[in-house]
Amino acid sequence: MNWKIESLRDAYSRTLIDLGHLDERVMVFDADLSSSTKTWRFGKEFPERFFNMGISEQSMVTAAAGAALSGKVVFASTFAVFLSRAYEQIRQSICYNRANVKFVTTHAGITVGEDGATHQMIEDVGIMSGLPVMSVVVPADSVETVSMLYFLHDKTDGPFYVRLSREKFPVINDDDYEFRLGHSTTLRDGSDLTIFSYGATVSLSLQASEILASRGVDARVINMSSIKPLDSDAVIKASVDTGRIITVEEHSIINGLGSRVAEVLSENKPSRLVRMGMRDEFGKSGHSWELFDYFHIGVDDIVKTSEKLMKEV
Amino acid sequence: MLVGDELQSIQEIARKIRVHTIKMTYSAKSGHPGGSLSIADILAVLYFKILNVNPEHPDDPKRDRFILSKGHASPALYAALALRGFFPVELLSGFRKIDSDLEGHVHRGIPGVEASTGSLGQGLGIGVGMALSGRINSLDYKVVVALGDGEMDEGNIWESMMAASKFKLANLIAILDRNKIQLDGYTEDIMPLGNIADKVRSFGWNVIEIDGHNVGEIYDSLKEAYSFSAGPTFVIANTTKGKGVTYMEGNPKYHGKPPQNEEEYIKALSDLGEKL
Repeated sequence: MNWKIESLRDAYSRTLIDLGHLDERVMVFDADLSSSTKTWRFGKEFPERFFNMGISEQSMVTAAAGAALSGKVVFASTFAVFLSRAYEQIRQSICYNRANVKFVTTHAGITVGEDGATHQMIEDVGIMSGLPVMSVVVPADSVETVSMLYFLHDKTDGPFYVRLSREKFPVINDDDYEFRLGHSTTLRDGSDLTIFSYGATVSLSLQASEILASRGVDARVINMSSIKPLDSDAVIKASVDTGRIITVEEHSIINGLGSRVAEVLSENKPSRLVRMGMRDEFGKSGHSWELFDYFHIGVDDIVKTSEKLMKEV
Repeated sequence: MLVGDELQSIQEIARKIRVHTIKMTYSAKSGHPGGSLSIADILAVLYFKILNVNPEHPDDPKRDRFILSKGHASPALYAALALRGFFPVELLSGFRKIDSDLEGHVHRGIPGVEASTGSLGQGLGIGVGMALSGRINSLDYKVVVALGDGEMDEGNIWESMMAASKFKLANLIAILDRNKIQLDGYTEDIMPLGNIADKVRSFGWNVIEIDGHNVGEIYDSLKEAYSFSAGPTFVIANTTKGKGVTYMEGNPKYHGKPPQNEEEYIKALSDLGEKL
């Protein structure tokens, strides 16, 4: 597949600046990682609306709450793994107060790569999804990142968790793609099985589906970028149309997309499900894309899992 | 300076806040009287002499913001808000009950409440964000955050202390209800705070130390804090936990326990000069 590769973080910082020009309420916080999250660019453009809180996530989160309660549209960024230090501040000061704060974390999942297990956040989707009032969304490429951020700014006024990665991703969406909360995108239709994924593993799933097609397996590939709220209808429809469902994520299979899909299937229309992801384990150092193979969520693993599933049911 | 009738009227409001605190917690059979009684004088001065707030326009963008970071002192705040006219005093009897909005800990959504609090250590950070917003919007409102001394154990407080100092937030004022008792016992036993004034000063704050039950001193310190323009001000208000109810004073047991029986209830009201 001939995809161009683009940085989600660059798309984020570009969009932040655009939103900053459009809306003077937009305010940005970071916790000494602005060079990596790329929020520093907003700070350069709007120094009076950018605040570096130092390495103090709890201070950042509570200040973000206060700013939002004063009418600001707040974006707050750090690495995914560090935001969870302020989990309880997010629960009490952000969610319970229904503060309009968009957390945009970067360096999530194993695509952090060489920095290793300490920096590879693989439980954030679960942690954030459990919070009342919080919504959780994950873009699969730069195009979706931009569309998602505009949607969050234009059409929502509550807390969101947006999960971005360090790694550049293949651009799989068309330029006119529009993100819709609670909706999924069918990137490839198919009748034999359905692969649900989000973020980095969407392009891996697409690559796997091409290989599967050449071997006579017709896989549907769906980008579940809106994890909470989840597009339950797409899950039920897949169960009816294809049976055989696989979820793939660079996240723990506990409390991630796999768990959410399992819940929808069990309550509505059970089908055989295989959850691919981190199996209650920490990550490790290595090159991002090597790690997918190491943890058995690479393209070949998706192909093998699909073929095995075809034989079983 | 507060003198004469003015001084007395504030003292009377503080007394009423204490009476409501006893009635509310006794009726709810739960709640936190100790830290509510210790902060009653501070709230009386704030809501009746200092804060620029108007119950007719609770969302006025120019209003001062008050955050009760020690959100377990909700009875005292709810009573102060009701007495100030944000909602009817009769609603106070619903405190902690299923058919009422008066949540056990301070709940945003109640008229006059700026932020939900109750998990300690977060109010000062919220205040930092509100103060930054005020500065960006060129609004000259003040943000006042009341802290408990137990919650000074929380790292979040000291992080936010650094931030307020870095951004020179002269529109931010913290007032510490230094009642020297937290849930498990005396603050200096549980986690010694030592010389708070020195610590806070070294974080770059302007520090004022007062008697937190002397409404004149409370008023003067807050007036001074309002006019201090170089950075944030921290008022250390030395108080007595359970102030006004003799058997509760200085007794850690009444941090989170209401009067335990009718005898205690009557004694508390009698101590507060309330006729039955």
